[in-house]
Amino acid sequence: MTESVETTALTPVPGATGQTGTVVRSTVLKRLFKNPLGIIALVILLGMALLALFADVLAPFDENFANISKTLASPDSVNLLGTDSSGRDVWSRLLFGAQLTLLSALLCAAVAIGIGLPAGLIAGYYAGKFEAVSNWIVSILMSLPGLIVLLTIRAAFGPSVWIAMIAFGVLISPSYFRLTRSAVQSVRNELYVDAARVSGLSDLRIITRHIFSVVRAPIIIQTAAIAGVAIAIQSGLEFLGLGDPAKATWGVMLSEGFKNVYLTPTLLFWPAFAMALTIGGLVLLGNAIRDALEDGEKIKHRRTRTPGTDPVTGRRPTAAPAAVRPSRKSVPAVDPGTEHHLVKVTNLGVGYPQADGSIKKVVDDVSFHVDRGEILGIVGESGSGKSQTAFSILGLLPDNARVVAGSIQFDGSYTVAPGEERVSQERLSKLRGKRISYIPQEPMSNLDPAFTIGYQLVTPMVRVLGISKAEARKRALKLLTDVGIVNPERTFNAYPHEVSGGMAQRVLIAGAISCEPALVIADEPTTALDVTVQADVLDLLRELQQRLNIGVILVTHNFGVVADLCDRVAVMQNGRLVEEGPVRDILRNPQEPYTQTLLASMLEGKEPMSTLVSPLQKEPVA
Amino acid sequence: MSTTKSAPLLTVDQLVVEYPSKKFRAKPFRALTDINITIGRGETLGLVGESGSGKTTLGRAILGLAPVTGGKISFDGKDISHATRKDRRVLSRDLQVVFQDPYTSLNPALEIGDILAEPLGVQGMEAAAAKKRVKELLDQVGLPSDAINRLPREFSGGQRQRVAIARALALSPKLIVCDEPVSALDLSTQARVLDLFLQIQKDTGVSYLFVSHDLDVVRHISHRVAVMYHGEIVEQGPADIVTRDPEHPYTQRLLLASPVPDPDRQEQRRADRHRLLESQRMQHEQAGVLA
Amino acid sequence: MTRFILKRLGSGLVVLFAVSVLTFFLLYISSGSIARNILGDQATPEQLAVKEAELGLDQPIAARYFSWLTDALGGNLGTSWFTSEPVASSLATRIPVTMTMVFAAMILIAIIATLIGVAAAVKRGWVDRVVQIGAIVGDSIPGFVIGIILVTILAIQLGIFPATSTISPGEPASAWVLSLTLPVIALLINGVTGGAQQIRSAVIKQLERDYVRTLRSRGIGEREVLFRHVLRSAAPAGLTVLSLQLIGMLGGVVIIEQIFALPGMGPLAVAATGQSDQPVVMGVVMYTVAVVILVNLIVDLLNGWLNPKVRAS
Repeated sequence: MTESVETTALTPVPGATGQTGTVVRSTVLKRLFKNPLGIIALVILLGMALLALFADVLAPFDENFANISKTLASPDSVNLLGTDSSGRDVWSRLLFGAQLTLLSALLCAAVAIGIGLPAGLIAGYYAGKFEAVSNWIVSILMSLPGLIVLLTIRAAFGPSVWIAMIAFGVLISPSYFRLTRSAVQSVRNELYVDAARVSGLSDLRIITRHIFSVVRAPIIIQTAAIAGVAIAIQSGLEFLGLGDPAKATWGVMLSEGFKNVYLTPTLLFWPAFAMALTIGGLVLLGNAIRDALEDGEKIKHRRTRTPGTDPVTGRRPTAAPAAVRPSRKSVPAVDPGTEHHLVKVTNLGVGYPQADGSIKKVVDDVSFHVDRGEILGIVGESGSGKSQTAFSILGLLPDNARVVAGSIQFDGSYTVAPGEERVSQERLSKLRGKRISYIPQEPMSNLDPAFTIGYQLVTPMVRVLGISKAEARKRALKLLTDVGIVNPERTFNAYPHEVSGGMAQRVLIAGAISCEPALVIADEPTTALDVTVQADVLDLLRELQQRLNIGVILVTHNFGVVADLCDRVAVMQNGRLVEEGPVRDILRNPQEPYTQTLLASMLEGKEPMSTLVSPLQKEPVA
Repeated sequence: MSTTKSAPLLTVDQLVVEYPSKKFRAKPFRALTDINITIGRGETLGLVGESGSGKTTLGRAILGLAPVTGGKISFDGKDISHATRKDRRVLSRDLQVVFQDPYTSLNPALEIGDILAEPLGVQGMEAAAAKKRVKELLDQVGLPSDAINRLPREFSGGQRQRVAIARALALSPKLIVCDEPVSALDLSTQARVLDLFLQIQKDTGVSYLFVSHDLDVVRHISHRVAVMYHGEIVEQGPADIVTRDPEHPYTQRLLLASPVPDPDRQEQRRADRHRLLESQRMQHEQAGVLA
Repeated sequence: MTRFILKRLGSGLVVLFAVSVLTFFLLYISSGSIARNILGDQATPEQLAVKEAELGLDQPIAARYFSWLTDALGGNLGTSWFTSEPVASSLATRIPVTMTMVFAAMILIAIIATLIGVAAAVKRGWVDRVVQIGAIVGDSIPGFVIGIILVTILAIQLGIFPATSTISPGEPASAWVLSLTLPVIALLINGVTGGAQQIRSAVIKQLERDYVRTLRSRGIGEREVLFRHVLRSAAPAGLTVLSLQLIGMLGGVVIIEQIFALPGMGPLAVAATGQSDQPVVMGVVMYTVAVVILVNLIVDLLNGWLNPKVRAS
């Protein structure tokens, strides 16, 4: 008997699916073609390439053919764009200029890739001495002012466009080197590369199969940028009159036009236009590829299960929670008889607007309350909406989140009144830190690495309580002692990277209680910690909660933690509240099948090596 | 299912792993000290410890992903302590891995079919035969065969972990090193994946080195358990003894630190833990006085 | 701290040395016809030989380099082979012009790019789109072409600014500022658009960090979160871009000075390299590289000051 029944429930990851539930996969190229800017860029560049390629056919005159009886002429049927001061045809010179300009840009990029890419691959993959030496060379190359070096090169080798471009390719190769090296470094230790090593793949195979694919797209983007720079540099050299005078280039044409700027300023226009068009095409192409890649990333990056991640786009909240315009109308009073609840959430719905105008709900019709001195556990698996619920109480939802239904009241007045679309920052900024505070999941990433722990404890107290810095410092040291830190003075002066994870979590707890809040929202406060540290932190939370008589909302996936701390439990699944009640009732006698399934998945007390999920309990096939 | 009297499949003998320090002339960092373990055929050895205890490093050393500076690792009678990449290619038929993070252990750019065919291709299997094998594997881990042409990102964490297990199974190995394979999964998914691991062992007789920080997980899946602390194995023995009645003070602390899903029993456990910590502290102080 | 500075200065000196060797060797390649270039086609072989001996060209390259090095270390950069003017004094009259422009542009880039970048990151919406489009336009037009356009329109067509320099000792300061305005604008536009892009993405990245949410949850105001925490963590990215832009600008300014006929280092560099005037070229290259090394050192120090983790290592 295999258990294929259960797992054919191939529930696609939310976000990877379209509205219909079918998986839409589009490659970068497809996305590129869907982007109008990408198409414009490709059309421009392709057009330029064709003009350059067929310059010999398309140009009515030789690039240096001068009709001295017809200088600085206006456009006519013979000279489409007029002639320059020597009577040479501007259109023909523009075409031949395109040829030389594009070729030199290609040469430059080819040289730069030829040096930077292999060097970057080797340095990134093997590190060691090669990397040290190349880093040193790179730091030299990067501190050389390009144009000055090219002038010197010209002094040595004469006015050759090709030598100049090869030299510039060498000078700019560090950009490829650094790009490739950091890309390789980021995947070198990825587990899938380890898996390939375990399978005995050769280094060459690993690099070509697993690593090269990572750098390919960035290299193309970089090449678009570098080709643009190469065109600019090449034209600049030509403009200075340092090129081969027998060749028509855009730079020479600019210089020629600049000399005659008082007579025929249009001579300047055409080469400048051609240059801007070409470089612009390259820039647009680079941007379009980057956008296409990032669209792919959005889906890929859903793997970080960090709470607060926007489940729709996979992005974290980006900008500040937009302040709602202060509404003139007064906030309605809460329903009589509910004022005594510390916090009360009623029929809350939170959603994210989708591209097609619909709203994807991540929290749907959730109601619960917490009283003073009470601990409510919100339990659920990833994607259950438990963190979104917690953040809407804090008013720290991502910018694009909408409260689509329901209300939230805190201490007898609404923070989200019925009918309001967003959490009122005006009302919540008065409460946050002072009455409501927050303990995050990941201790390290929640402290600003650039400031000492002391600073990060003192500042909120100064701002929120309006006490002096000295007073705040005294309180901070006492708080650090209270959360069980043995040497508070040292921790106070330390930077976050100088303390352990368990210590950092204690610091964050100290911060959460520093202004004596009435409600603490703890989002998986022990998940990132080792079990023995978790036990200590749970003890600490319990002790503080009892001493200060605060209300706590504890978001967690761990029933053990719930049993340890909570008075009541709410179980959530797919944005909905499944079941809510006193902790003993829910844990011992769950009514809902989902809660039963979750509790049945607990290993504690199970017969070792027994099958955990009976076929009957398996999820229906999606 | 228990260990046979014949020679064990894997023997790790006085293993030492040291990483050279980044700083010039500084002492190398010692990740593992004097590790001795054996794993029999069809047996699961659970390896439990906290972050930084060295449990992952031990798995990586066996796989050739961590530098062996001392001691010996023997697999199926051969010394593999310093196996070359070529040796590894041969070895990969019998020794495979499932990593913790199902999100980074699969190359996001490759389709599931290609990921699963990779170990087969290394062994020189024809494309057609490989494709057939891939279908078998998907079936074995309970994924639909249309998964072949999909990308990893189209799957949930539990499903990806099934793909990773299928990849490990591709060459019908004798031992799979499982590095925290269920830690990143939701509770109900974890239960299903554990069921799959057990089912596969029943069907194929594969051995596991099962690394986890979770004593409950290790107790559930292992025949024997080894406890790691600060780069050393402090205790090992039959699973039910080590995970229910441990001897080493650290394992005792670990056992009582993990909370149970019942308020009253948890209160009891909490009290037990405080008593244990108190008595260990007193012992420690007495030892300090004596020393 | 002082050890760090000394270490960086040491490695800077090594770079300077390596560049000097490289440049000297490159110039050696073209030094065969120098004497003839100086004396003209009519010069007799004897005259040429005398000139070569005078310039030290008859000696082996190593000896020539060594004598240049000892002179340079003693503060003597030699005299131009063509104008006989001491290199140090011709640099001294030109450096102020060039560096005024470059540093004015740098400071303006830092300020403007930060303001625009932060606004784009925080406001998003149309501000962001304008910045994005501006970046594409800015990236598409090379700085010197912008210079040409500015001169053509604002100076030649409209006559608001002087088309060429009016920099001479007797002129009032306002004339100075007026004649440097267009060149500085031409120099900074690429930098502003590129820099704003970098600041924007760095700020967005920081705003997504967990600690920002925690700071907000502690009751820290939005302004303080942005300017004290986010901007500080985003600054290293901006500084790195700025230092790269400075390196680019030291080259770009050469063309700009040509367009605006400014008596800076640009015309000197162009003329000297055109003639293979070795002492002058060496002087110009050494000076610019030294500036780059110094700026990079300052950027590193600032980064260390901004990021305690860097400071520790």
